Amino acid sequence: MSADLLYTEVEEDLRAAVRRVLRDRCEIGSVLARCESGEPYDLALWRTLAGELGVAALAVPEESGGSGAGVRELAVVAEELGRAVAPVPFLGTVLATAALQAAEATEPIPGIAAGERVATVAVGLTTAPSAPLPSGVRAEGGKLTGSVTAVVDLEVADLVLVPATGPDGTGLHLVDTADPGVVRNPVTPLDLTRRFGTLELSGASGELIAADAEPVLRRALLTAAGVLAAEQVGLAQHCLDSTVDYVRTRHQFGRAIGSFQAVKHRLADLWSGVSTARATSRAAADALTREEPDGETELSVALAQAYCSDLAVLAAEESLQLHGGIGMTWEHPVHLYLGRAKSAQLTFGTADRHRARIAELAGLPA
Amino acid sequence: MTDADELRTAVRDFLAEHDPGGDRLEFLRARFDAGLAWVNYPVGLGGRDAPRALQPVVDAEFAAAGAPDNAPSRNGIGLGMAAPTILRFGTDEQRARYLRPLWTGEEVWCQLFSEPGAGSDLAALATRAVRDSDDWIVEGQKVWTSFAHRAQWAILVARSDPDAPKHKGLTYFVCDMTDPNVDVRPLRQITGEAEFNEVFLNGVRIPDSQRLGEVGQGWQVAMGTLMNERVAIGGGSAGRESGMIGVLAEQWRAHPEARTPGAHDRLLRLWVEAEATRLTGQRLRQQLALGTPGPEGSAVKLAFSRLNQEISGFEVELLGEEGLAYDDWTLRRPENVDFTGRGPGYRYLRAKGNSIEGGTSEVLRNVIAERVLGLPPEIRTDKDVPWKELPR
Repeated sequence: MSADLLYTEVEEDLRAAVRRVLRDRCEIGSVLARCESGEPYDLALWRTLAGELGVAALAVPEESGGSGAGVRELAVVAEELGRAVAPVPFLGTVLATAALQAAEATEPIPGIAAGERVATVAVGLTTAPSAPLPSGVRAEGGKLTGSVTAVVDLEVADLVLVPATGPDGTGLHLVDTADPGVVRNPVTPLDLTRRFGTLELSGASGELIAADAEPVLRRALLTAAGVLAAEQVGLAQHCLDSTVDYVRTRHQFGRAIGSFQAVKHRLADLWSGVSTARATSRAAADALTREEPDGETELSVALAQAYCSDLAVLAAEESLQLHGGIGMTWEHPVHLYLGRAKSAQLTFGTADRHRARIAELAGLPA
Repeated sequence: MTDADELRTAVRDFLAEHDPGGDRLEFLRARFDAGLAWVNYPVGLGGRDAPRALQPVVDAEFAAAGAPDNAPSRNGIGLGMAAPTILRFGTDEQRARYLRPLWTGEEVWCQLFSEPGAGSDLAALATRAVRDSDDWIVEGQKVWTSFAHRAQWAILVARSDPDAPKHKGLTYFVCDMTDPNVDVRPLRQITGEAEFNEVFLNGVRIPDSQRLGEVGQGWQVAMGTLMNERVAIGGGSAGRESGMIGVLAEQWRAHPEARTPGAHDRLLRLWVEAEATRLTGQRLRQQLALGTPGPEGSAVKLAFSRLNQEISGFEVELLGEEGLAYDDWTLRRPENVDFTGRGPGYRYLRAKGNSIEGGTSEVLRNVIAERVLGLPPEIRTDKDVPWKELPR
């Protein structure tokens, strides 16, 4: 059966609802102002998105406390959040809910779904779905010690899923960040709208939720990488749309700069790239929803990441260039998009790493 | 409205009365008369006013019965471009005369649009049509005409009023290709073969009854034809590694001695681009099936042109001494372009045409920028000037 690459009516309704909330509550000027404040994340907005629109647990079945939709719907939400570079703990939530689901640990999900508690997974943000997993935490008698770097959404997380190695192998543990053995060290991020930090554990309590962390984390990373591709498509679409609007109104040499063929051709190529990225992103979301055989889903996600992560950077860079001098200023939001796109290019593996994985999966050896 | 089950029943009833193993032409004519040729066409013209999306149901039923098909690739211009244009702009007499033998393949069609002086700028064409009582006398030269050497009929655009601006003085005709004043010569290409022809129209007399649309409305009719061309592109649902990337991937697997890190990186980049473009085409077909075609066809054409050129160039490099050789320079007259049936050198040379034929990449980018993104149009100095005053 071939993938359904379109959007369903339900998905378009969900998109419209998310877009409405973001238009009212996530205007780009307020995002820019917030990113230098003491509260870079807008958790009130997140509670609305999670609690009222249910975006936090779209891909979790109803019997496990989710809304029983799928990764396809989650991807549509990601597109909208990408368009708005919304400062909400979305990616950590995607990782955590996918991991909890894979581990069949449903108890924390209702609180996460309601937006009352924020969760993330202690895996470095640049880890590709097939890359080695972190091994810096040891588990002894239910107490965890060690550290993990580049944990996304860490500073606002109430819960962290931590892989930790003990005598019986590497298990996945649920840790409450209020535990006195937990220290969180935020890193100043290139992407002002998505934060990460180092998790340090010194005898923190952990509840074992999966005896073998490996398959659980693989599934979580694969899901999140597929969803990230949709976020990249949304970001690229916004960069294209806002740039087209700008070149139609900005006049130089006595005419709109969008009437110059050099400008038109760059934007036509960018539009083609966004169209192509959208097809790959839809294919990945569809494969994750339908749970194709593992290799097929992995190939779909690797393809989407190999294409969308570079395309999003191109879109942001073209946007900056075609905005000219104003694009280089702090007050113009294009730098927020560039920071998000460039960081997302590294997130869950660069395009080059995904191509290397494709070489293995498609039988194209070096 | 006709549904799939009714069509299946109609085909089975038809097959009960007509032996698919009998005379091919008689079978096809009967299929047309039964309204089972192109189901979206009107009753009496080979169809039954059914949705176009139901055509595969009928084709599958006939194929399963081992019935002959109408060899659509032999008459691609006729089926893809001439037929929809005749249906939309033709008179009842013209529809009744042309559509049946067109569909059965008894009469092959070609298209006389492009000229040496009017390629991308089609409205600049100079072939003249001068009224002479009930006839028109046509004089000029056309180029890039596939099937001209086998065609019975051509759709033709000619200039009927040189005093009008270039888009307004054109008229659209059906031209008899067997007329002795039509001279067809093979146009040899850089590949050595001749897919196309040059056509010289040496005072060809065309009855006014073979005019399609009003005098001076040729541009509008031609645009209708070219829209149909774009719908016709993008058919067929191909799987992973289909087309040129599949050829390259097989060469890679077969030639471990040719592999280098740089070549591996290029291969994977091309593989990703090809697969992403294939999915874009698949998405476009899904939109078409729902009756809501998006503009992605332009993106797919741009991407395929570039990819085919990069892939074929890379393949020649990868093959070393084999890449230095060429399979056959003799002047062939192929039925269809066959990228995969020829050697890497042929693929390299033929792919150069992909960014020129059917709209150059440069023109396509303007189309996307203006019609999809709504950017200001190119400055047009030729717009309201009489055609005869334009520099040529």
